[in-house]
Amino acid sequence: MIAMPQYKFRVNGAQKTVDSWDPDQPLLYVLRNTLSLRAAKFGCGLGQCGACTVLLDGKAVRSCITPVKQVAGHAVTTLEGLNADPLQTAFIAGQAAQCGYCTNGMIMSAKSVLTQSPHATLEQVKQGLAGNLCRCGTHTRIMNAVMRVANGTKA
Amino acid sequence: MATAVSLSRRGLFQVVGGALIVRFALGQTKSLDPSEVDSFLAIHADGSVTIYTSKVDVGTGLATAFRQTAAEELGTPVERFSVIAGDTAVTPDHGGTGGSSGIPRGAADIRRAAATARQGLLDLAAKRFNRPASEFTITGGVVIHPGGQTATVASLVGNKQFGLKLDPKAALKDPRTYAIVGKPLPRPDVTAKATGKHPWLQDLTLAGMLHGRVVRPPSIGAKLLSVDEASIRAIPEVRVIRIESFLGVVAKDEWAAVRAAREIKATWSDWQGLPGSEGLAQFVRNAPVDKDQTVAMKGDFAAGIASSAKQLSATYYWPFQSHASLSPSCAVADVNDSGTTVWSATQNPYGVRANLAKVFGLPLEKVRVVYMDGSGSYGTNGADDAAADALMLSRAVGQPVRVQWMRADEHGWDPKGPAQLHEMRGAVDTNGNIVAWETQMWVPDGPGGSRALLGPESAGMQQTHGQGAGLMTLNLDPPYPVANMRILSHHLKDTPLRLSNLRAPGKIANVFAVESFADELAHAAGMDPVAFRVRGLTDQRALDVLNRAAGMMDWQPRKSPNPNAAEGDLLVGRGIAYVRYKQAENYVAVGVTLAVNSNTGAITVRRIVCTHDCGLVVNPDGLRNQVEGNIMQTLSRTLHEEVTFDKSRVTSTDWMRYPLLRFPEAPVVQVTLIDRPEEPSYGAGEAASAPVAAAVGNAVFDATGVRLRTAPFTPARVKAALASAAASKA
Repeated sequence: MIAMPQYKFRVNGAQKTVDSWDPDQPLLYVLRNTLSLRAAKFGCGLGQCGACTVLLDGKAVRSCITPVKQVAGHAVTTLEGLNADPLQTAFIAGQAAQCGYCTNGMIMSAKSVLTQSPHATLEQVKQGLAGNLCRCGTHTRIMNAVMRVANGTKA
Repeated sequence: MATAVSLSRRGLFQVVGGALIVRFALGQTKSLDPSEVDSFLAIHADGSVTIYTSKVDVGTGLATAFRQTAAEELGTPVERFSVIAGDTAVTPDHGGTGGSSGIPRGAADIRRAAATARQGLLDLAAKRFNRPASEFTITGGVVIHPGGQTATVASLVGNKQFGLKLDPKAALKDPRTYAIVGKPLPRPDVTAKATGKHPWLQDLTLAGMLHGRVVRPPSIGAKLLSVDEASIRAIPEVRVIRIESFLGVVAKDEWAAVRAAREIKATWSDWQGLPGSEGLAQFVRNAPVDKDQTVAMKGDFAAGIASSAKQLSATYYWPFQSHASLSPSCAVADVNDSGTTVWSATQNPYGVRANLAKVFGLPLEKVRVVYMDGSGSYGTNGADDAAADALMLSRAVGQPVRVQWMRADEHGWDPKGPAQLHEMRGAVDTNGNIVAWETQMWVPDGPGGSRALLGPESAGMQQTHGQGAGLMTLNLDPPYPVANMRILSHHLKDTPLRLSNLRAPGKIANVFAVESFADELAHAAGMDPVAFRVRGLTDQRALDVLNRAAGMMDWQPRKSPNPNAAEGDLLVGRGIAYVRYKQAENYVAVGVTLAVNSNTGAITVRRIVCTHDCGLVVNPDGLRNQVEGNIMQTLSRTLHEEVTFDKSRVTSTDWMRYPLLRFPEAPVVQVTLIDRPEEPSYGAGEAASAPVAAAVGNAVFDATGVRLRTAPFTPARVKAALASAAASKA
C-alpha cells in the first residue's frame, strides 16, 4: 500500500503523528481506533448529540464531524486528558450519570463553558449544554454538578 | 472503595496489548443452576465476594443494589462485593432484565442466596469451634462467637463452594436492623464513566477484530436486486458480504467500513407497504382486529351511563415512539471452530443466546453471550439485532467482527413502542362519584415469542415473528371506585413497524388517557382535581403519595381552569396525576406546574414534583436517580417524541426529526421517596414515568382550559388546540 498522509497534532499534551488514508476521516475514529483514546463516544456522526465531544484548542467540538486534516497543528484534549478535574469530582460526588454514555460529552462541553465563563450562571450552563443529549433524563444531576463547580462549591 | 471491585473485575476482563479479552476466572466448575447458592455467590480467599446474575445494570444502578442486598445478609462490607452480570458462561439464568423485575425478583434471589450462604457460614463456624450455630453472628466479614472465637468469612469458605441449595426458609435479616440496605451508596461505574475508564461494549477490541456495517434497505420490505462492488473500490481493504437481501461490509478500519456502507451502490426493489404516520390514529382505530379482550368488568356500564346526569366521552392517542438510545446498537461477535461468543448490551443475554442458537442453527452450548454496558436501552432496542448482524458477519469472514449501527439505523430500525388509541366514556353524579367508566384501547401488538431479527430476516433465514410489546393492558382502569365499569382492549392483526417493550410498556399512554379523563370528570363534577381523587381512595399509601405531592406544590383547592392563569403572554397552570403501577406495585403521584405561550403554543414546564412509594428502599440515591430519569425522559416523550414514517420507511431518523428534551427546557424536578422497610420492594425502573404525561396535560388544561388528547404536545399542536377552542367559543 502507498504511504498514507500523516497529520501532526497534540493530544492531551503530547505530540502525535497519525496516518489516515482519508483526510476527511473524523477525528473521533482517529482518537478511538488509532490512538486508543475511547472516552469520546460515537452517538450520531452528525454533530447532533454531543457524545463525541472533545476540546480543540480548549473549545468543545464534535469530533464525529471534525475531519482529521483540520486538526493538524492544533491541540486536542479528551476526557482521558483531564486529571481529577473539579467537573469529574462533581459528577462523581453528585452521581450525575445513569447509563453514562453522554457523560464524556457533558464533562467536555461543561469544561468548555467554564473555561470561557468560570462562574457561569445556570442559564449559561443550560445553553452551553443545549447541544448535548441525555436520553436517561439525568439533566437535573448534570446541571447540579456543573453548577457546583461554577459556584465554587466544594463537592 | 472501588479497589476491590476493579480488582475482581480484572479477574474476568484483562487488558492485553490494549485489547480487552475475557478469561474464565473460575474454570469449568462454576454452577449455573439457579437453585444453587454457588451459582449466585463466590467468596474468594482474599475476602472479596462476587455476585453472579443474569439481570444486567444498563445504567440503572441495579448492580449496586445487588451488592447492598448481598452484603447486608452476609454481614460483610459492601466494598468487597462486585457483580458479574449477563455472561451465559458463568451467570445463572434467573430471568432477563425488564418490567422493573430487577429488584423484586433479582434482588430477592440474591438475598435468598446470601441468607442461605450466611446460614452455611454459621454452620461451618459451629463445626470449627464446636458451638451451636445459633450462637454466632457475622459482622464486618467476621463470624463471631460471644466466647471470643472468630473466623473470617474467607477463612471458612474462601475459594471453596458452599454446595447448598437456595433455602426458601433461610432466616432473612430483620429490615429494622439494616445497616447497608436503605443507605445511599455511590455507584463505582459512575466514577469509571466520569474518568473515561469504564469498560464499554463499544470500546471492546479483540485481536484480529474487523469492523462491520450493515446496509439496510431504503424501504422496509425491499429486496436486494444487485450490488456494484466497484463503487467502493477506492476505499481500502473492504469486503462485501451479501446473503440474499442481507448486505454488509467488513473492513480493518472502522472509517472504511462506515464509508463503504454509505457509498456502496445497490439496487433494491420498490416497496410501499406502510400506511404512513399521517393520520395514524384513524388507521389504528379502523384496522382489522385480531383479538378483543375484556380486561375488566364490573356492574353494568350501559345501564350506569344511561342513567347518569353528566356523561363525557373523549379519544386519546399516543404515537409510536423509539427507545432512541444515545448509542446506536453495537455488538462484537467471534465465530470460530470452538464456538460462538457474542458481546452485547442486550437486557436479556440468555434470551438472545437461545434465539441466536435457534435462528443460526447452532448448538446452544456452543453459544456464549456476554453482557457489557452499552448506552441505556429502556427495553429491547436494536441490541439483539446488532448481535445477529455481528454474528452473521463474523461467521462469513471467520474473524471477530464489531458492528455499531449508524444513527439512522437505530432510529429507523429499532423495534418501536406501539401507538395506542383510547376511547373513554364516563359519568359522574352530582356528588362527584364516578358512576360509569369505559376504556377501549386499540393497539397493534401481536403474539409473543422472539421477534424477527433484521439480519436473518434479510438473509431469508427461518425465524419466529413475535410482535409482543409488553404488558400493554395494565392501568387501563381508573384507580378510583367506579360502580359500573367496562375495560376492553382490541389487539390489531398487524403492526406497521416492528414492536418491542419500551419503558413502562403501554402504561404511559394508558395512564395518560385514564388520568386525563379522570381530570375531565373532576371538571364535570365541578371539583378540585386532588379532592376528586382522594375522596374515593381508602389505601393509606395511595393517599400519602397524593397528599404529599399536593403538599409539595402548596396545592390550594379550587376547580380548573386557573382563574388567574394570565402572566403576560403566558398562561400558567398546575396538574396532578396518580398511579398504582400495574394496579399492584408502586404508588406514585406526579405534580406539574407549567406555562403555555398562547402565541407560539410552546409549553415551558417549570417544576415537577413526585412522591414515590416502592416499599423498602435499597439505595435511596440510586432510586432517586431512576425516578428523576423516569420523569425527565417521559417529559421528553410527552412534549417531543413521535416516530414518523411514509409508505416505505421510518423518516424520523436523526435527532432533528426525532428530537429529545434539551437542557434549556429541563424543569426543576423534586422527588420525595417514601421508604417502607416493612413492605416488599417493587422495581422503580418504570413506575414514575406513567403519570407524567397526564400531569402535564392536566396542567395545560388548568392553564388554558383546553384539553390535550394527542401526544406529543408540540407547539404546533398546542397552538392548533388553542385556536380550535377559541373558534368553537366564538
